[in-house]
Parts: sequence; C-alpha cells; structure tokens
Amino acid sequence: MPRRGAGDASAHGPQRQELLLTGWGRTAPTRAVVARPASADGIDDVLGGSGARGVIPRGMGRSYGDAAQNAGGVVVSTQGLPGSVELDSAVGRARVSAGTSLGKLIDHILPRGWFPGVVPGTQFVSIGGAIASDVHGKNHHRDGSFCEHVREIDLALPRAGRAALTPDGDAADAFWATAGGMGLTGVALAAELQLRPVTTAYMCVDTTRTADLEQSMRVLADADATAQYTVAWVDLLSRGGAFGRGIVTAGEHAAPGDIDQAGTEPGIAVPPNRRLASVPVVPVRTGVLHPGAMRLFNELYFRRAPAEPVRGIEPIWGYFFPLDVVGNWNRLYGRAGMLQHQFVIPETAAARLIPMVERLVADGVPIYLAVLKRLRDASGPLGFPIRGWTLALDIPAGAPGLREALDRLDTAVADCGGRVYLAKDARLRAELVPVMYPRLDEWRAVRDRLDPARVMRSDLDRRLSLVAPQSLT
Amino acid sequence: MRDAVGRVQSVLLVGGSSEIGLAIVRGLPRTESAVVCLAGPDRPDMERAADALRHEGVARVEIVDFDACAPGGQAEVVATACADEPDVVIVATGYLGDQQLAERDPEAAARIVDINFRGLVPVLVGIAQRLRSQGHGTLVVMSTVAGERPRLANYTYGAAKAGLDAFTRGLAASLDGSGVRVVVVRPGFVRTRMTAHLKPAPFSTTPDKVAQAVATAIDRGSRIIWVPGILRWVMMVLRHLPESLFRRLPG
Repeated sequence: MPRRGAGDASAHGPQRQELLLTGWGRTAPTRAVVARPASADGIDDVLGGSGARGVIPRGMGRSYGDAAQNAGGVVVSTQGLPGSVELDSAVGRARVSAGTSLGKLIDHILPRGWFPGVVPGTQFVSIGGAIASDVHGKNHHRDGSFCEHVREIDLALPRAGRAALTPDGDAADAFWATAGGMGLTGVALAAELQLRPVTTAYMCVDTTRTADLEQSMRVLADADATAQYTVAWVDLLSRGGAFGRGIVTAGEHAAPGDIDQAGTEPGIAVPPNRRLASVPVVPVRTGVLHPGAMRLFNELYFRRAPAEPVRGIEPIWGYFFPLDVVGNWNRLYGRAGMLQHQFVIPETAAARLIPMVERLVADGVPIYLAVLKRLRDASGPLGFPIRGWTLALDIPAGAPGLREALDRLDTAVADCGGRVYLAKDARLRAELVPVMYPRLDEWRAVRDRLDPARVMRSDLDRRLSLVAPQSLT
Repeated sequence: MRDAVGRVQSVLLVGGSSEIGLAIVRGLPRTESAVVCLAGPDRPDMERAADALRHEGVARVEIVDFDACAPGGQAEVVATACADEPDVVIVATGYLGDQQLAERDPEAAARIVDINFRGLVPVLVGIAQRLRSQGHGTLVVMSTVAGERPRLANYTYGAAKAGLDAFTRGLAASLDGSGVRVVVVRPGFVRTRMTAHLKPAPFSTTPDKVAQAVATAIDRGSRIIWVPGILRWVMMVLRHLPESLFRRLPG
C-alpha cells in the first residue's frame, strides 16, 4: 500500500516505493515510484529503465511546488547515495555529492574556514536541488546565484552516460541549461564548488527598522551599496501608514576581532546548529495560522528590533537559516498547505512594486510572511533573477480569491518584464512562461540535445509545458 | 495537472450532454488552454454543448461516442476519452426511466439498471486504471439520495444508483494512496430536463448549486457530499425510519 510521504525520502528506505509526494507547500499531491539508488550506477539504471512517464530527481523535497514530483512516473531520490565532501583547503574548492545538504556541507567546511559562496534561506537543500533551482541568497546583489560558484557538475544523462559540465568552454550551454533547469536536463551526481574563506562562524549584522514599504525599499537599496548580505522582512498585514514597515538587515562575515571569543586556531569555533522544536501534523485543514494571529506575531517581531539602527553579532546558522530552528514549519498551514509566491520585477519598474503589492492586499490575499530583496541578472536561460526587486510571499493555499488575485499579479509582473520563480511555483499559468522566460526555446533546444528522448519529466514541466511547447491542436 | 489553487487543464465528462455534468465542468476553474472531452450517446446534444463551451472560452472540446448499453468496446472508449490525461473525470450519466412502465416491462427495468449502473461499471474500472497509472486525478460520480432508501416512485432508478454508489465507494477505497481521489455526489431533486415533468421534491436544487458543491468538495478533498448539505441529515433520519412509517410518507 503506497503511503503519503510529503517530506524528504528517507536515506534508509527501500530502493523502490510508491509514494504520494508534494513539495514543501504540501499542495497537489501526486503518486510516483520513488527510487532510492545507493550508487551513481543505480541512478544510471533508473534513468535507463524509465517508463513512459519519465523520471525527475528529488533531493530534500524543499521546493515549494511540484518541481520534484512526477505523477505516474519515477522520482529518483539522491538521498540514498553516499554523502561525501572532499575539501581542498588550499584553494577552497569542494567536491560534494549531489544528495548532500548544505547543512552537512557547512558542518564539514566551516570549522576549516570555508563557507558556501551562496546559501538560500534554509540549510535543508541538497546540492543537486540548489543547482536545479539555481538558488539565490542574501548576497545575490553582489555574488550572484549558487551556480555562479559551481565549477563543475557531474550529470547523469538519460540513456547517454555521464557528462562533466563546466560554466565555460564547449559544454557551457549544457551547464547553464542545468543551472536552474529544474532537474529536467538530467540527474546531478556531484558538483565542485568554489567556497568563500571565513574567519569566524559569526555575522556582523546591522539592523534597521523601517516605517513603510517605500522606506524599506530605500534602506535596502542603500544597504546593498555597502553590505555583502542584505534582506528586508516586510509586514504586509499592517494597514495604513505602517503598510510594508519592516526590518532591513545587512550582514558581513565577522572577523575574529569582532567577537569576544578568543581564536581557537587552527579551527574555527562553530556555535551549535540548533533545532528548537518540530511541528506535529496539524489536523485542521486551514492550519493554525490566521491573519489576526500573524498580525500580532508581526507586531511583536517588529517591536523586537530596536527602533534605532544597531550593529550586533549573530551566529551564522540563525542569520542565514532563521526558520530552520522549527522543524516541519510548513505543517502550521494545515492540510490545505501554503504557497510561496516569489516574483521579480526589473529595476526600471521599481515604482510599480508598491501598487502591485497594495492591489494584492486589497484583493484580500493574506500575506503571512514577506521578504524583499534586490537581485542582479541571471546567467542561465531559465535563471530567475533579473536586476531589480524580488518579493517572496508566504500565503495559505486555501485563501479565498487567491487564484484571481495572483493571476492579476502575474499579468502585471509579466507586463513590466518580470517573472515568477519556477522553483517555488505551484500555480502559474503556462501561457505566461514564454513571456516571463524569453529564452525558454533556447533552453529547450539545449535540453533536447542532452535528453532527446524526453525522459526527464516532472509535474512542474507538465503543468507549465516546459520541456515541450503547448500543443495547439 | 491540477495546480495548487485547483485549476484544471483537462476534464472528461461521461454523460456528455448531462445538464448537471456540464454545470460541473463550467464550475471548475480551468487554465486558458484547458481541454474538455464529452463522452456520451447523443452526438447532436454534445455538439451543441461543445459549441457553447468553446464560446465560453474552452480552448479545445473533444467528443467521444459512448453508449452505456453497448455490449463491449468500452476499453477503447475509455482510452480515447482519457487521451488528454484528465485532471477531473465526471461520471454524470443518468436515466430516470418510467417506474410504472418498468413494473410491467422487464426490458424497461433492465434498461434503467444498464444505463445507471451496469454499463458504467466497465467504464469506471477503465477510468480508475487510467487515473491510477497517471498518478493523479479526481473522479466525480453522480449518485443520488434516491439510492439511500428506495421509494415507490423511482425505486428501479434508486436501486441502480445505489449499486453505482456502493461500487464507487469500493473503488475509492481501492484507489487509496494512488494519488487519485473520488467524490460521490448525492444530490436531492435537481431541476433539469430529466425531472422537468415532475413536481419538485423538498430540498430541491439546481445544476449550478451542485456544480458549486462539487468544486468545493474537490478543493477540500471530501469523499461523499450531499446537495444541499442538509440532505445528509435528512437522509440519515429517513434511512432509519421503520418501513411501515417510511411508506406512509408523501411522494
């Protein structure tokens, strides 16, 4: 009997199992055969023996939508592969197996004075997933996205062996089609990463409270000029003059002189990576979060930040991965699940951001969490970032009127040359994908060269017609 | 694929000219490129329905000939009708028949059972197999409260629907964990062509109300719904009335 398994596939499970899968948002479950090979050769076998419904890789199951689902087909988990990190401390390069999580990687390299070039908002992302979504972080405005720090990807191709892809040279187009390619070019087995030297496991953080959305944008833009890591939490549940008030944080890796503790050469002292609690299954369909309660939470969170700008020292874990201290926090949204809607609009359209968000709120969309960030341009044909403004919004999936409200927002975003992030999408209209991603055909051509039989398929791909254009018959 | 906000890309309606079925199709949120497939015996009616759907903006409407009374050949019908990987399949074939005629004419009685139940069994099995292999989808089957307790006025119809209802619930159990969901819909008296000659019973409803209830049920993952909802409790009482008392009720 297949059973429901919304999270990551366990490393110790059987090698083939029928499971109902969802993304981290827990919407739209579909059934797939989950294969969990214990070796890279096992992945080749899965790719070689796939049926008509194809194969998609899955790491930690942290993409919000249906990117790592394949209804009626095969989902190949990277979590059964032996995890490995080979660090060359002299040059700060690491060869990492694709199923390894960023958390595990950091555990290994941070005491030795290195940190990943880019990390997203959670450590529970596999290297393969970080490549497939070409994730970005708080330093995107300066350091670009994850794959800009990848020197090589070992890719298992369906029925065509292996390829070693590098960001420049002959196979550069295959590399950049794989970066942000949503797992649809093949299964990444390992990658070589260029790391960043750090001298402590702490961050120097400047925290500034902002009064409204306009000020949040201005302070964030100012912070980008000087700080390596910037982000703004904004409160879109507050009304009137306080709409979009927020907290802008600007961080730098701390130097030994910034922290009280004495250096513990040769290694770096790493504070504990804490997990305070885990949310049990919430038996209420619409979860335990409600606009009133979230408004109160936002009020408290806002008040917690000092009214005047301050500089403080924070452990690296809490700074980059604040939500990771609560396990399974997605369950708070109940059985109906949640959407994380992230879009970006170009710098030239910055003035449209506030009206867009105001419209969304006027349409009654409850935005429980909103994160504002500035991005620079992406490199790959399916890359999400555009030089401009991105907003990531956490929304309960069962909210009334959500469909129409987000559709309107999509149209406005597409109209000004913006786009929606595929790695988090669960509901975009397929018609808008070629508009938002004008290099889609270029990506398709490279993808088809790597996988002419179109073995790599996913629910995201079927829903948005990524691999093959929509038939108009 | 049905997306996270319930929008569908492909819908199959078995009973392709059913007023309730078409209302359900219209009531489902759909993508701009959505496909609707109508399968049923009455092509002219389906053509008209298809034109109306196209006029309302459905990108593509397919028509498949399907006769629940035809012997064999249902496997091909299912394969053709499911060609576009339906996200939602609605089985809305319904035939009230003439109860008084059915009491005199065994063929007429059998016909009521054939259309409402026997002929649908192979189709349901075939559709369930298709949905199971595609790993997702929702099957909506139109039952009726008339199947919950047989009444003199339409007990052959009620018995056939009771069979369909029971079979569908068993099928639903067999599909547990397959990614396929099943919704059994038990409306009361629905004012349609099929019932135009009858006096509306208490708690009567309309195809649009049924459609709304079905859309909500799909969103919420309900397994059995009554339309209007109060009929759930009314029928619970009626099912437990002693036969002597039940027969004395009007209608």
